[in-house]
Formats: sequence, structure tokens, C-alpha cells
Amino acid sequence: MSLLTCDQFLQELSDYLDEEVREDVRRELEKHMAECPNCWVMVDTTKKTLSIYKKLEPDPLPEPLKQRLMHAIQTKIKSPEGG
Amino acid sequence: MIKARADRFSMAHSSTQPAYSDEGELIARARAGDAAAFTQLVERYERRIYRLARHITQNDEDAEDVLQDSFLKAFQHLNDFQEQSRFYTWLVRIAVNESLMRLRKRKPGRFVSLDEEIDTGEETVAREIAVWDDNPEQRYSQQELRQILMQAVDSLSPIFRMVFILRDIDELSTEETARALNISVPAVKSRLLRARLELRDRLTRFFKRKADDVFAYM
Repeated sequence: MSLLTCDQFLQELSDYLDEEVREDVRRELEKHMAECPNCWVMVDTTKKTLSIYKKLEPDPLPEPLKQRLMHAIQTKIKSPEGG
Repeated sequence: MIKARADRFSMAHSSTQPAYSDEGELIARARAGDAAAFTQLVERYERRIYRLARHITQNDEDAEDVLQDSFLKAFQHLNDFQEQSRFYTWLVRIAVNESLMRLRKRKPGRFVSLDEEIDTGEETVAREIAVWDDNPEQRYSQQELRQILMQAVDSLSPIFRMVFILRDIDELSTEETARALNISVPAVKSRLLRARLELRDRLTRFFKRKADDVFAYM
């Protein structure tokens, strides 16, 4: 039986998902998860949260904004104190 | 040098613009006055810098100013960039500083310092436990999904929001995030945990399995 409490499990959750826990800690966490449905759900849904965000591509810049940006850079480069 | 950069800049939008895959080469060329190379660096990161600025300032006008000023500063201080860090991490640090400056101007006295000690208080928060579908995002159109995800991030406190964006959306390492925000690695880790758990909670109501309307609390 796992010696971890759910609070202790939760404190390690991020490092576990990032694969930054020691091997013995990982084994203990997985043992707890196998015995605790709530903590299993926490891991599964947090993992899905991260996966959904990672798939999110940034929007392209609106064209007028892009043009203003390029114009500002061009002006800066041409100015006497440019770079 | 400036004249040379200016002359070459006019080529930046021409069809003859070479595409460099190696970032080190792009930076070296930009430093040597090749404006087309600098433009390629801008185009590589403009969307991510704008998204970052938009999330921090939560204001379109400020985000546009941050985007522009960040790249102008990067161009001006290109020789200060230390090759041992990633160019994007250096750029993020400039953009974060620019964003914070605007926040302070807009909300004087209300801004939370980034290095402030905070109670992440995981143990005191009641958490909704409900199973999600395997691909819960497929329930929504791309536009709806984007709105749900962005609103959830924007509802986080700034100190949690910034760590989450850099670490989990922009995929900087923990150390890079710490450097970009000028906070410690343990501070990044504790804020990231809190941000991830809060977002998970907020998204549960959109993504939980339909039959799971009865849920437990931890």
C-alpha cells in the first residue's frame, strides 16, 4: 500500500508530468495512483490540459500590425542612432 | 554600419531574401548589419512575442507597443546578446520587461511583484474530480476552443499566468523561464504547479465526460 497522502502526491504532480522525479519517487507516485482513482483522474486531466495547450498555435499577426512593425523596424534601422 | 543595415533592409521583403535555417548564422548576419536576417528573426518570433505580451498586459494596444518596442530594443542591443542562451529566451526577457513596464504605468500601485513570496496553498483548494473524454477538445470548433483556452489562461493571476505561458505554451525550460522572469527555479516550479491545477479545474467544466455530472472533491 502507498505511504503517500493525496496532498503529498499533488505536490509532486508537476515534476512527475515533466519526468523530473527520481526513479524511486516515480515508482511511489505510480503506486499511489494505481490505488487512488481521484489522483489518477488528476494526473490524466492535468496531462490532457497541457497537451491541449501545447497544440495551440499562436494566431498570425493582423496584417496592419505586421506592416506597422516592419515599418518601425525599417525606420529604426535607417535612423542615425539605429543600431 | 547603420547605412549598410538600412540599404540591406530594403531587400528584406524582396523575393531574393535567403532563408537561413540556422539561428546562430541569422544572428551573426544581423549583427553584421544584414537587415534581411534581422527581419527573419522577427518573423520567426513575432507571433509568440505578441501572444506573450497580450497575455501579460491583457490589452491589445499595450501588446502592440510591447511587440514593436521589444524588437526595436533587440535590434539596438543585439551585440549584448550572449550566445550561451537561446535568442528567444533573451527576447522573451525584453518582452516581459516591456510588458511589466506598461502594466505598472497602467495600474500604478496595483501590480504584483514577480519575485514576491506567495502561498501556493495547494492543500487548501477543493478540486473537482471528473473524468474527461479522450479528446475532449474535439467537442468544440477551433474558434470556440481557442476562446475557452485563452479565457482560462487570462483568468489566472499574472504571476501564475506568465510562468504557465513560458513553460507550457512557449515550452521554455524551467531554468529559461526562471531567467526570463528573474525568479528562482523553485518559484517557477511552485507557480507552475498552481497554474496547471487551476487551469485543469477551469477546463473541467468544458471537458468532463458528459455522463460524469456527479463528481467527487479531493
